[in-house]
Amino acid sequence: MRELHTKLKSLFPVGDLTEQRSNLGFVTVPQEHLRAVLVHLRDREGFTHLVLLTAVDWLEAGQFQLTYLLSNRTAGKDLGVRVMLARDGATMQSIHDVWPTAATYQRELREMFGIDFPGSPRLHEEFILEGWNDIPPYRRDFDTLKYAQENYSERPGRVTHDPAAHMKQKLNSGGN
Amino acid sequence: MTQNAPFFTPDRSQYPAKKADGTLDIDIASGKYLKLWQGPNHPGITGNMSVELTVCGDEVVEGKTHVGYLHRGFEKLMERRTFIQCFPIVCRICVPEPDFNEYCYAAAVEELAGIKSPERADWIRALILEMGRINSYMMYLGGQAGALGLGVIGQWTTYARDLMLDRFEELTGARIYHMFIMPGGVRDGLPEGFDKRMEETLREVESTLKDVYDVMFCNAVFKKRTVGVGYIDPALVDSYGITGPNARAAGVAKDVRKDQPYLIYSQLDFEPVLGQDSDIFTRADVRRRDVLVSVDLVRQILAKMPRTGPLMATVPNVLHWKIPRGETYIRGECSRGEYGYYLVTDGSGYPRRVNVRGPSYTHAVSLLERMIVNLNISDVASLMVSLHTYPPEIER
Amino acid sequence: MKDELKIRVVKGPDGVEFEVEPLKDYYCEAAPTVMPAAYIKVVEDLFNWARSESIWILGFGTGCGAIEMRPLMTPRFDAYRFGVQWRPTPRQANLFVISGYLSTKTLKRAIRSYEQMQNPKYVIGLGSCTINGGMYWDSYNTIKRLDDYLPVDLYIAGCMPRPEALLAGFQDMKKLIRAGKAEGANLYAENFEWYKANQKRVIHDWDMPDYNW
Repeated sequence: MRELHTKLKSLFPVGDLTEQRSNLGFVTVPQEHLRAVLVHLRDREGFTHLVLLTAVDWLEAGQFQLTYLLSNRTAGKDLGVRVMLARDGATMQSIHDVWPTAATYQRELREMFGIDFPGSPRLHEEFILEGWNDIPPYRRDFDTLKYAQENYSERPGRVTHDPAAHMKQKLNSGGN
Repeated sequence: MTQNAPFFTPDRSQYPAKKADGTLDIDIASGKYLKLWQGPNHPGITGNMSVELTVCGDEVVEGKTHVGYLHRGFEKLMERRTFIQCFPIVCRICVPEPDFNEYCYAAAVEELAGIKSPERADWIRALILEMGRINSYMMYLGGQAGALGLGVIGQWTTYARDLMLDRFEELTGARIYHMFIMPGGVRDGLPEGFDKRMEETLREVESTLKDVYDVMFCNAVFKKRTVGVGYIDPALVDSYGITGPNARAAGVAKDVRKDQPYLIYSQLDFEPVLGQDSDIFTRADVRRRDVLVSVDLVRQILAKMPRTGPLMATVPNVLHWKIPRGETYIRGECSRGEYGYYLVTDGSGYPRRVNVRGPSYTHAVSLLERMIVNLNISDVASLMVSLHTYPPEIER
Repeated sequence: MKDELKIRVVKGPDGVEFEVEPLKDYYCEAAPTVMPAAYIKVVEDLFNWARSESIWILGFGTGCGAIEMRPLMTPRFDAYRFGVQWRPTPRQANLFVISGYLSTKTLKRAIRSYEQMQNPKYVIGLGSCTINGGMYWDSYNTIKRLDDYLPVDLYIAGCMPRPEALLAGFQDMKKLIRAGKAEGANLYAENFEWYKANQKRVIHDWDMPDYNW
């Protein structure tokens, strides 16, 4: 992992390595260099398998984090490439020509997070949702409980407890 | 059928031309093409999903997978549940083999929280995962035979699976959703006399497999309709993210249990099952032999596992459990391929983001859409089953 | 609305052009009507006995409950001895088992399937998630109570219900039918407007006719 990171660092302006396990690391890459890094990792370093592509919403920082997780099977190593995007008007270059399956991931991200990937095939077709009329549901500022209560009628009699308060009351011991 | 019937050459002249942007130029009103929806209410579909076929005669010129019929928004729901509240809902993501969700989630939480599960718990986890794998494969074998009209195979394999569900029931208390592998360990040890009853069940599974081999794999109709149909080029394995038996049937020895051994798999003796021809028949055969490997693994685990020792590591008070900021990815080899959980925490009592990487995600969407072209309509169901896709893990 | 549902002009193979309006031409527009009971009670009892002994289930696995249906078809549980069997098309079925949570996307297909079924028809809600949302009580994509959208005759609780629970449910269903109490289809016809209003409130892109007969 370390040698790989040093090698990458000499070629691209990548950030520091977060070593989660001996065979799993995460690096941050500037948005405009992502494609070059991915192609380099795929063709030169043997990271031929795109395991997943997903996004994390850091609402407080106003950023989306895209994670491209690549795997090198022969070396038994995984590298997560992180890209930080500005949250409003998030747009990212598409990598569907590097890995064909990325098109599906990008369709999902477009629908669930509202991140645009210009040029990705069938990007604007509905993938999972149908007739969705609210903000993309996986964004942090979307409140699923509020949406459910507004849209679906509930059967009366359902009670929801806060687990900590409920246990405290049930144990009747003052709690820890 | 088309591949091994040389006298039938389809008339390609009426096939659609490609437009500049790569999409097909299909004019439905011309009368040459027909839109055919297979699913969601269709017995040949592997669950609640649908494939929109555009056919010309009885050949498919374009197929589009439609998913989302089972979307419950797990990844969103988990963001508003505490770490322990997530544990009972994760298994609902995948019905035939729910234990991988529990294992991957538990292992991801343990890694980020810095907990090490006890060794005995690891052995029981591996035992449960292998039992679940046998179940899932048995279900597949019945489905694969059923897609080609061999209904009786499904009766046999469902019965063998039911016996295995009984073992699950005495071990975990539930047939389908076990909720047994918790962050920190497992809920309970093996009940008394479990080994003996397990051995009886394994023998039953083996004898069922022998019958299945005789009736299904030696059946002329089954061979004729599967050999040479639904070929996956080994070169596609990496670019399309193909994992599991689909990759192994193409001769690529992709098996997470071997490549990055998790739990106690490094202490077990087994070889990944490989195939060569990469067609529907080989994929079915790889899975049949994989059941035998799993049966052997269950025996090895029962022989080698420690019988005493703690089952749960010490975990903090789950009501106030906060996990420091971090991210990790945990993978396991489920019966369909690489199953993985990507977990991001932010120091609060709730996960920041959970992403489930189901193997069907790539198999059922991009790969199926590519393979379905030029296929006969009657082979579509059999191809779908042979990829062993399971819709809930695509849309969660 | 999808392209294929819009009004368009089609040129037939013989060169004649004609207009098609898919939403109107392919479906019957008449709303469902209430089926009155037979005039003589003995005849109605005979009908109900016959109906109760041939429960044909639509093989549409709408959720995870579908996995416990398969063991029912095998000799171990053998639902066939109760006259229960599974049919591949709505036209041949008279019992719709909603096997688990319904996302709004599936709800749309479930409504279509239900309306295509012939009278007499019954609905069983399987699993806690059809009763009050169950595990998915706060999900943005699943409905919380099924009886707002389809007339449910019987609920089977549990997550997930065991095959034995399903068998008991089928027995209860038979009792209901024999007693003439399984009037879901008539309820649907009577309160058609109410059901449609509920359905349209959650299905945001309603691109099908009001009654898909």
